[in-house]
Amino acid sequence: MTTTTTELVAGGADPDTWAPRAEKRRVGGGGLGAYLFIRFLLIFPTIFILVTTVFFLMRSTGDPITAALGGRLTGEQLAERVREAGYDRPLLTQYFEYLGNVFTGDFGTAISDRRPVTEILTTFGAATLELVFYALLVAFLVGIPLGRLAAYLRDRWPDAVLRVFAIVCYATPVFFFGMLLKLVFAVNLGWLPVAGRASTGADIQLQQLDGSTGIYLIDAIRLGDGEVIADVLEHAVLPAIALGLLTAGIFLRLVRTNVIGTLGMGYVEAARSRGVPERRLLKKHAYRPALIPIITVIGLQIALMLGGAVLTETTFEWKGLGFQLTEYIEARDFVAVQGIVVLLAIIVAVTNFVVDVIAALIDPRVRY
Amino acid sequence: MSTRISEGGPTAPAAGTRRGWKSLPLLRQVQQSVGLQRGMLIAGLVLSALFLLVAVLAPLLAPYEYNQLRDPSGAFGAQQAPSSTHLLGTTVGGYDVLSRVIWGSRTALYVIVVAFVLSFFVGVLLGLVSGYFGGWLDRVLVVVCDAIYAFPSLLLAIVVAIAISGGESSLWGGIMAAAIAITVVFIPQYFRVVRAETVRIKSEAFVESAKVIGASHRRIMFRHVLRNATRTLPLILTLNASEAVSTLAALGFLGFGIEPTAAAEWGYDLKRALADVSSGIWWTSVFPGLAIVIVVLGLTLVGEGLNDLADPRLRTRRRAVASSADVAETSVVPGGTLDAGPGGLAGLEGPDDGRRYEQ
Repeated sequence: MTTTTTELVAGGADPDTWAPRAEKRRVGGGGLGAYLFIRFLLIFPTIFILVTTVFFLMRSTGDPITAALGGRLTGEQLAERVREAGYDRPLLTQYFEYLGNVFTGDFGTAISDRRPVTEILTTFGAATLELVFYALLVAFLVGIPLGRLAAYLRDRWPDAVLRVFAIVCYATPVFFFGMLLKLVFAVNLGWLPVAGRASTGADIQLQQLDGSTGIYLIDAIRLGDGEVIADVLEHAVLPAIALGLLTAGIFLRLVRTNVIGTLGMGYVEAARSRGVPERRLLKKHAYRPALIPIITVIGLQIALMLGGAVLTETTFEWKGLGFQLTEYIEARDFVAVQGIVVLLAIIVAVTNFVVDVIAALIDPRVRY
Repeated sequence: MSTRISEGGPTAPAAGTRRGWKSLPLLRQVQQSVGLQRGMLIAGLVLSALFLLVAVLAPLLAPYEYNQLRDPSGAFGAQQAPSSTHLLGTTVGGYDVLSRVIWGSRTALYVIVVAFVLSFFVGVLLGLVSGYFGGWLDRVLVVVCDAIYAFPSLLLAIVVAIAISGGESSLWGGIMAAAIAITVVFIPQYFRVVRAETVRIKSEAFVESAKVIGASHRRIMFRHVLRNATRTLPLILTLNASEAVSTLAALGFLGFGIEPTAAAEWGYDLKRALADVSSGIWWTSVFPGLAIVIVVLGLTLVGEGLNDLADPRLRTRRRAVASSADVAETSVVPGGTLDAGPGGLAGLEGPDDGRRYEQ
C-alpha cells in the first residue's frame, strides 16, 4: 500500500543496467564469490540499524509495562513490575542486553499472554507465509501476462485500460478492497466464506493433525479429506485476491515498462530487420531480458507484502503474524509488537540478500 | 549562475531549460503530453483539485460536524441507511457518514502538508550535504537510509506512531504521529534522489567554475547544486502525497487513528465499519473507502503522468524525438537505478557514479 513511489519508479530504470550486451568494465571488479561475501556481510549492519532504531523509538515513550498495565495497577504494583523486568535500569544497559538477546535468538516475551515472541512466530508465521504465497501467485498470474500484453499493444486502448487498472490496483487500500470483496462475494452473493482460514470443523481437524505444518493447504492434503481441502482453498480466495492484486498492479507496470524498454533496443531492431516474426520478437528477445529487473524488485515487494499482509489478515481475520500484531497493538503490548517487528525486519533483510544472490547468479553483470 | 548563459538556446542542456517547477510546472507538463498520457494527467489533476477544494471548503460542504451525534430533532441513530436527512447514512458510532467523509479530506490534507514539509527539509538537506561532501558521513547515511528503505514502511510507521503518541491520539497528536511516521519512511527516498543528483552535478563544469572564482561551499551547495538537484521533486512529492494518504488510512485502520471526537479520519471509520460488512451494512465502509481511492488515484495519476513525461522510454512516441535529449537527464527518480540494478549495493556508490565509470 504505502510504497507507490518505489514501485512506480522502479520502472524508470536506465536501460543500460540490463542491456543484454553491456559489458562489465568496472576496474577492479571482484568475482562472484567476493560479491556474495560482501553482500552477506551487509546483512548485519542492516539488521543492527533496524534493531537499534526500533528499540530506541519504542522506548522513547517509557517502559512497556506502564504502557500495557498503566491503568490497571496501583503505582506501587507498577513500580514493582517495572523493577522486576529490569526497565528501571539505564536505557543503554537495557539496549546492550537487548542486542545480546536478539543475537542469541531471544526476542522478548509478550506481556499480555507471556508467550515468547519466537513462539508467536512459529505458531502464526506459517499462516502469513501461506497468505503471501497465494498472493504472489495471483500477482504473477495476473501481473506478468497483462504487463506483456500492455507493452505489446502500447498506446492503444487495451494498454490504456490495463494501465488504469494497474493504477486503481495500488490506489485502493488493501483493507478497503478486502472489505468490498467481502461485501460482494461473501455477504451478498454468498459464494465464499466471510473470514478465517477454514470453517470451524475443518479448523479443529487441521489443528489436531499430527506434525501439523501450520500451512493449511499442506495439512489438508496430508489429511486427505477432499472437503477440507476445498474448504481451505475457498477461504484463501478473497484474501489472496485482495493482497495479490495490489502487487499485480505493480508487476503489470514493471513488466510493461521493461518490455517497452527492451523492444526499443538495437538488438531487437536488428532481429526485426532480419525478419524475425513480431510474436517471437516479443517472446524471446524482449520479454526475457525484461524479467531480470523484476527479480530484483521482488525483494522489495516481499517487504511491501508483509505490510499488506498485516492489513489483509486484519480484514479477513486470517490468524497470522499480522493479525496477531494488531491484537498486541490493541492490548498495548509493545514488547510483543517490538519483537514481531524486529523479527520481520530480519526476515526482510535475509530475503533481500537471497534475492540479490539469485540476481547475481542469473545476471553476470551484477558484480562489484 | 553559470547555467543561465545557455538558457533557451537551441542546444540548451537539461539544467537550463527544465527548471519548470518554478513556473507553473503542471501546465507545462500538460502541454508536453499527448493522448492517453494527457488524459491521465488531466484526470489526476481534476481529482486532486477536487480533493483540495473539498478539504478547504469542508465547513461549508458538510451538512453536520464530524463529531455531531444529534440535531434539534434528536439523535441520528446508529447504522441508519442512506436517507434524505443522512445522504450516505450514519456510522456504527452514530455519526453522519457524508460529513465524516468530507471532514476526513481535511485531516488527510494536514497530514500531507506536515509530512511533506518535514521530509522535504530533512531529506533534501541530508542528501545535499551527504552527496556534496562525501566521506564517512555519506557512507553511514547511505547504509542507514538503505536499511530503512528496505524495511516494510507500514511496520516502521507503526513503531513511530507508538513512539509519538503511545497509541492514542488527539487531532494534532494523531496528525503529527501519522505525519512523522510517514516522514521517517520518506526521508530515505528524498535523500537518495537528492544525493544522486548532487553527486552528478557537483562534477559539472559550472560547479568547478564557481569553485575557481572562490564561491563558498554554502553558496555552491544551495545556489548551484540544490536548484539543479530538485528538478524531480514535484514527481516525488505527488507520489509521496498519495502514499501519505494511504499510510494514514492504514494506521487508522490498525488502531492508531485519531479519535472520532477530535477529527474525521477515513482509516478509523473503515476500522469501525469492518464488523458492519459481515452484516451487509455497506454504506459505512464504501464511502470513506472511495474517498481514499479517489484521493490516492488522483495524486498517483499526476505522479504517474509526470513520471512518464520524465522518462524518454515511456513518453508517447510522437513527442519523443522532439525533446528526448532535453528530458533524458530528468529520469532520476527515487530508487529507480537501485531497484533496476543489482539491488542494495548499488546505492553505496550512487547510481550515477557507476554509469560514469562505465562510459
